[in-house]
Amino acid sequence: MDVGYFLKLLLSGLTRGSIYALIALGYTMVYGIIKLINFAHGELYMLGAFTGLIVASLMSYSGINPVLSLIVATIIAIIYSSAYGVAIEKIAYKPLRKSQRLSALISAIGVSMFLQNFVLLFQTSDFLSFPNLIPTFKFLKPVENYLSSAQVLIYICTALFLIGFTILVKFTKTGKAMRATSQDSKMAQLLGISINKVISFTFLIGSAAAAIGGVLISSQVGQINFYIGFIVGIKAFVAAVLGGIGSLAGAVLGSFVLGLVESFGTGYISSNYEDLFAFVVLIVILTFKPAGLLGKSEKQKV
Amino acid sequence: MLKIDNIHTYYGHIHALKGISLEVEQGEIISLIGANGAGKSTTLLSISGLEKPRTGTITFNGEDLTKLSPEKIVNLGITQAPEGRRIFPNLTILENLELGAFLRNDKKQIKKDIEFMYGLFPILGQRRNQLGGTLSGGEQQMLTISRALMMEPKLLLLDEPSLGLAPIIVQQIFDIIKKMNDEYNITVFLVEQNANQALKISDRGYVLQNGVITLTDTGENLLKNDEVRRAYLGV
Ligand SMILES: Nc1ncnc2c1ncn2[C@@H]1O[C@H](COP(=O)(O)OP(=O)(O)OP(=O)(O)O)[C@@H](O)[C@H]1O
Ligand SMILES: [Mg+2]
Repeated sequence: MDVGYFLKLLLSGLTRGSIYALIALGYTMVYGIIKLINFAHGELYMLGAFTGLIVASLMSYSGINPVLSLIVATIIAIIYSSAYGVAIEKIAYKPLRKSQRLSALISAIGVSMFLQNFVLLFQTSDFLSFPNLIPTFKFLKPVENYLSSAQVLIYICTALFLIGFTILVKFTKTGKAMRATSQDSKMAQLLGISINKVISFTFLIGSAAAAIGGVLISSQVGQINFYIGFIVGIKAFVAAVLGGIGSLAGAVLGSFVLGLVESFGTGYISSNYEDLFAFVVLIVILTFKPAGLLGKSEKQKV
Repeated sequence: MLKIDNIHTYYGHIHALKGISLEVEQGEIISLIGANGAGKSTTLLSISGLEKPRTGTITFNGEDLTKLSPEKIVNLGITQAPEGRRIFPNLTILENLELGAFLRNDKKQIKKDIEFMYGLFPILGQRRNQLGGTLSGGEQQMLTISRALMMEPKLLLLDEPSLGLAPIIVQQIFDIIKKMNDEYNITVFLVEQNANQALKISDRGYVLQNGVITLTDTGENLLKNDEVRRAYLGV
C-alpha cells in the first residue's frame, strides 16, 4: 500500500470534512430550533464566497497585503451572509412559523432559487477566479506533496470556530437559551426567553460559519460560480442527517465521516462517482441507525 | 393585582374560555378548580400570553397583558410552572435553574438563590449536574417549582403542581407554596384538581366548568359547599 497516497487522501478528506462541518452546523442548528430544513443555507455559503471574491479582488488590485485582504474579505463575507441569513428568516420563514412545515420548506427552496438567480444575474454563469491570498507556510515545505497551506488554514479556522462555538453553546446564557428553545420553545418563552431573538441569532451564527467555509474553500480551489452553494449545501445537509439532524456534535462527526468517505472513495474507487458516495453512506448509515450517528429518537431531540 | 375581564380564548374553532372574569389581589393564594377540559390551563396560558384571548382584557397592576409578548409578561414578574412539568430534559438541573433566572442579572444573588432551592429540595442539590430528564416525576415537579421561583416572581402561576405525586410529596409541595406566600410575599394563582388541598391553603377559589366560572367564594366556604364537595372532593 502506498502510504503517501493514503495520507494525502486522509488529509484531503479532513479538509472536505472541515468545510462540510462549517456548513452542516447551520442546517442542524436551524432544524434543532425551528424544525425547518433551510434549503437556502448552501446559498449563504455561495454568497459568502462571492462577497469574499469581490472584496478580495478589489483589495488585491489595490496592492494591499494578501493576508490582510483575506482577513478583511472573510469578515465582510461573514457580515454580508449573516445579514442575508437573518433577513431570509424574517421575510421567508417567520410568517410561516405557524403553518404546516411543508410551506416553510417550499419557501426555503424558493429562497434558494432566488439567491442563485440573483447572483447569476448580477455576476455571470461562468466560473470566476478567486485570488490566491493564502500565504505559503514555509514549515510545510517537507510535506508539501501531502498538505497545502490552504488545508492547514482550513483546519485551523474550523477548529477555532468549533471551539468558540462549543463554548458559546455550552457555557453562555445565550447558548443555554438556544438549547432550551430547541428542547421546548414554549417553556423557554415562559422563562422570558425571546424565541425571535434566539432564532435570529441561530441564523446569524449558521450563516457566519457558512461564509467562513465559502471564503476558505474558494481561496483553496481558486474559482467559484453561482452554483457552488447547491451541491455543497446538499452534501453538508447529508452530513447533518448522517450525524443525526438537530445534534451539533452529530453534524461535525457526520461531516468528517462524509469528507473521508468521499476522499477515499474518489481516490481508491473512481472520481467519476464523487457525488454518489455521499448518498451511499447516507443510505448505509440510516439503514443501521435511522436517527443518524448521534441522533436521538423523535421524543427527545437535540 | 391581576384582573381578568371577560376573556374568550379559542383553539381554532374550539371555544375554550367563554367569558371568564376573575381577580387576584396582592398577597393572596387563589385556587382555580375544575374538571378535565374545563379550561384551567387555558386560563393560565392566556395570562402568560401563549394563547391570546380573542376578546376581553387581562391587566396586571393596570398594564394590559393581552398586547404583550410572553417574555415581556415574564418581565413584569409573572412566572408560570406549567402543566406537565416541562423541565428541559437535556439540560442539567443547575442549567434548568439558571434559566429560571434568565431575565435577572444579579449573578451573585442568583447563585445564592440556587443554593436556597437546594436547601428547599436537597435532591436537586445532590444531582445538580445530572440531566433534568433523569429525575423522577416528583423530583421534576420540585425542579419546575424551583425554576419558576428563580425568577423572583410577584405572581406565581402553578398548573396542577400535585398531579401524579405521592401524598407525602404533595404535602411538601403545598407546604412550600404556603411558605413562599407567607414569607416571601409571592402571590399565588393555583390551578388544581386536588381541590381539597388547594382550597385549604387558599384565601379564595373559583370553580370553572366548561369555560365558564360557576362559583366563587373563600377557600373555607368552598370546602363546605355541597356542590363542590360532590363534584370535586368526592364526598
Ligand atoms: N392545543 C389545543 N388545541 C385544541 N384544543 C385544545 C388545546 N388545548 C386545550 N384544548 C381544549 O380546550 C379545552 C380546555 O382545555 P384546558 O387544557 O384548558 O383544560 P384543563 O382544565 O386544563 O384540563 P386538565 O385538567 O385536563 O388539564 C378542552 O376542551 C381542550 O380539549
Ligand atoms: Mg390543564
